[in-house]
Amino acid sequence: MTVVPLGIPRRLLEFTLDGEPVRTTEGSTILDACRAAGKDIPTLCEGDTLRPKNACRVCVVEVEGSRTLVPACSRKAEAGMEVRTGTERARHSRKIVLELLASSVDLSTTPRVAGWIKEYEAKPDRFGPEAARLNEEPKIDNELYVRDYDKCILCYKCVDACGDQWQNSFAISVAGRGFDARIAVEHDAPLTDSACVYCGNCIEVCPTGALSFKSEFDMRAAGTWDESAQTETTTVCAYCGVGCNLTLHVQDNEIVKVTSPHDNPVTHGNLCIKGRFGYQHVQNRD
Amino acid sequence: MDLHFGDSKPTDDERAAVDALLGPPESSWEGADRSDADLRWARGGREARDRRDLLLPGLHAINDRIGWISEGALDYLCRRLTVPPAEAYGVATFYAMFSVKPRPSTVLHVCTDLACAAAGASELCAGIEARLGLGSGVSVERSPCLGLCERAPAALAIKAGDPVRTAVSAPTTVHDAVLAASAPDSAPEEPPAAMAVPQAGSDDLVLLRRVGVVDPSSLDDYRAHGGYTALRRAFELGPAGVIREVTDSGLVGRGGAAFPTGRKWQATASQPDHPHYVVCNADESEPGTFKDRVLMEGDPYALVEAMTIAAYATGAHKGYLYLRGEYPRALTRLEHALAQARARGLLGEDVLGQGYAFDIEIRRGAGAYICGEETALFNSIEGYRGEPRSKPPFPVEKGLFGKPTVANNVETLVNVLPVLTMGAPAYAAIGTAKSTGPKLFCVSGSVARPGIYELPFGATLGELLELAGVRDGLRAVLLGGAAGGFVRPDELDIPLTFEGTREAGTTLGSGVVMAFDDTVPLPRLLLRIAEFFRDESCGQCVPCRVGTVRQEEALHRIVERTGAAASDDIALLREVGRAMRDASICGLGQTAWNAVESAIDRLGAYE
Repeated sequence: MTVVPLGIPRRLLEFTLDGEPVRTTEGSTILDACRAAGKDIPTLCEGDTLRPKNACRVCVVEVEGSRTLVPACSRKAEAGMEVRTGTERARHSRKIVLELLASSVDLSTTPRVAGWIKEYEAKPDRFGPEAARLNEEPKIDNELYVRDYDKCILCYKCVDACGDQWQNSFAISVAGRGFDARIAVEHDAPLTDSACVYCGNCIEVCPTGALSFKSEFDMRAAGTWDESAQTETTTVCAYCGVGCNLTLHVQDNEIVKVTSPHDNPVTHGNLCIKGRFGYQHVQNRD
Repeated sequence: MDLHFGDSKPTDDERAAVDALLGPPESSWEGADRSDADLRWARGGREARDRRDLLLPGLHAINDRIGWISEGALDYLCRRLTVPPAEAYGVATFYAMFSVKPRPSTVLHVCTDLACAAAGASELCAGIEARLGLGSGVSVERSPCLGLCERAPAALAIKAGDPVRTAVSAPTTVHDAVLAASAPDSAPEEPPAAMAVPQAGSDDLVLLRRVGVVDPSSLDDYRAHGGYTALRRAFELGPAGVIREVTDSGLVGRGGAAFPTGRKWQATASQPDHPHYVVCNADESEPGTFKDRVLMEGDPYALVEAMTIAAYATGAHKGYLYLRGEYPRALTRLEHALAQARARGLLGEDVLGQGYAFDIEIRRGAGAYICGEETALFNSIEGYRGEPRSKPPFPVEKGLFGKPTVANNVETLVNVLPVLTMGAPAYAAIGTAKSTGPKLFCVSGSVARPGIYELPFGATLGELLELAGVRDGLRAVLLGGAAGGFVRPDELDIPLTFEGTREAGTTLGSGVVMAFDDTVPLPRLLLRIAEFFRDESCGQCVPCRVGTVRQEEALHRIVERTGAAASDDIALLREVGRAMRDASICGLGQTAWNAVESAIDRLGAYE
């Protein structure tokens, strides 16, 4: 018999979303309600398995009575609230946020961002050729994954996944301040000198491709990475008895990276070093 | 949590600095040598983690003794407190006063902010740097406002050692600054705090009446001048009665946000969750603001008494005083005041014999403007990076250590004393109907008598400037500091009230009134303000982290341009500024464009 967990029953509350009355469960965010209503609000730092950090501010919406815009990803819906998602004011802030990011960070591997830049008519070039960029070189200090902080939007998701929200390794943190803030291990040391356990759960949550499998990084550098030619197969990890789900990304009959379904009720997309990186034996054809 | 430490070991000095704060380690878990006892049981995990809030004091201890924080020292501190080294590194690199790279034991902070810039800080800096180059044993750092604007230009020397030595030199010259840096012990004594109060001794003063009149080190003198009558009155009224008086007085926060104090206290007092905390925000870092420093240096017991009242009213038994790291004299005075108050039963288990327990702990900031934002301040005390939290939940519900917290500015707290001694109606009769009570103004720049002025709300800007002896050729007045706005010399009839400044489209902020004459090029000032925000942005949210950089770049491009040549960049500034105001997490990003916008719109800065 399959047991379907129903969870604790939650009350519904009603509020106004773009002039339409909507109902959502108590405790859900404005973003949850927007998605349920089929509205596409851009998000970058929001993660389905992490607590909202609301650092990127690309999901801001207007709430009646609030002096500033509010982040849809973290603000809980309240009964009677009046939320407007598509106002000129909200769209202006989203556009500027996209411009600020695109003018300072390499967003070439960030899914969906090109579409939003077009939709919001963002023009990152208008800050001029002298506009400060992150200018970081990829950190390649181990065989498993690469940290390319030129692509980092500082969403804090890797720090949260490594810390008390999932892995409890606390190998990385935000260091420095302001525009010079970077994700780093202590003393900016190589990863191999840190508390990193190579679970790769930070790669799982990275929204921009700043963290990637070494295999993916190398293939991109060689120009052979081709997502359209990849298949995804979800299977069960064979290493131990926990039974984590693995999604194998395969290109040309080779495993090129491993992810894990975020909706798995036990692991929520998290794996250990073996499940994440220990797949070479599968393709050992000798 | 399975902590990973490197191989670096602390030096004896570093170990001693940490142990002086935390006591010797009790087990190898905490960094002691492994003993037989350690083989039998592991101790300290949870208890050590509960001391996370000692991370910032620990970093101070190392930095004070050595001058910088080495890998070995940081690792040892982390071991003592069971803090992941990556997190501690993130915290250490957050603060401007710490260095994780070797540097000379003496650091000379030379203020290059607005008032000091107008007083020739850039030539001063160049002169000092020429004298104190490599090998001089002094690291010269250009600093944001040091809160010594009445004596601009200012410099602060900090010489690491046991104990750490500091010397303030203001107004300074190349010669004086070099002397202060090379021999802080023999530098001339700072003038008394009362020198910053031109009205000192006047009978009309309420908040400043004791500054320059009492000996700031003497509790007896404080009591002889009306000290601790407000606390006695508070015990007569009971907590609810105190809150009623404060509410009826119409007192609102003086830190810049002008939130009704009584409402804040009521909201904290009524929270079922315990313990409650009182936090005094003395991280005065808004450029141009130095009122809290003068209050703390000139009348430290007043703040101790006021915090005790706030705690009694809101049901707190522990208070934290978060003091700006660049205020060495305020620190000494307050430490002394706390010790005296404890010794005389005015703090501790049984305050004034009333069976009420309360004590105060001072926590030093370490050079971060953002920590003046209350939730960033909580994170800083708790040992995390001083990044603002998102609200809601508000501090009255979940503040310091996740508990109900009342956070008030120094000046706000000190106002509670006259509220109780005069009674709410008499207090509310001062000032205007909507802005009650006396207000402190920090006047600096192009005036003959810079300093802290106390006026009832409702005086006009012109009256205040008259009092301070404004010089000829006034070009602009900055109200509220870097987060405030400029007004024109023909707007001097603006009433200095919250509603009056709001009506005039500007802000009172923290009470900064900085006068600039026409010798100071406005675009340079705006650039300095933009630099300030770029430096002080914590980096958490995109609009502020990148927006402040883009703002500075645009102001750089137009520093020598006007009219059509500047119009594209001004349009760009407006768009970025609007998004910073609308979409930043906290007040820093939301106000980072205010002063620049006002200079463009009101002063026609680039026309």
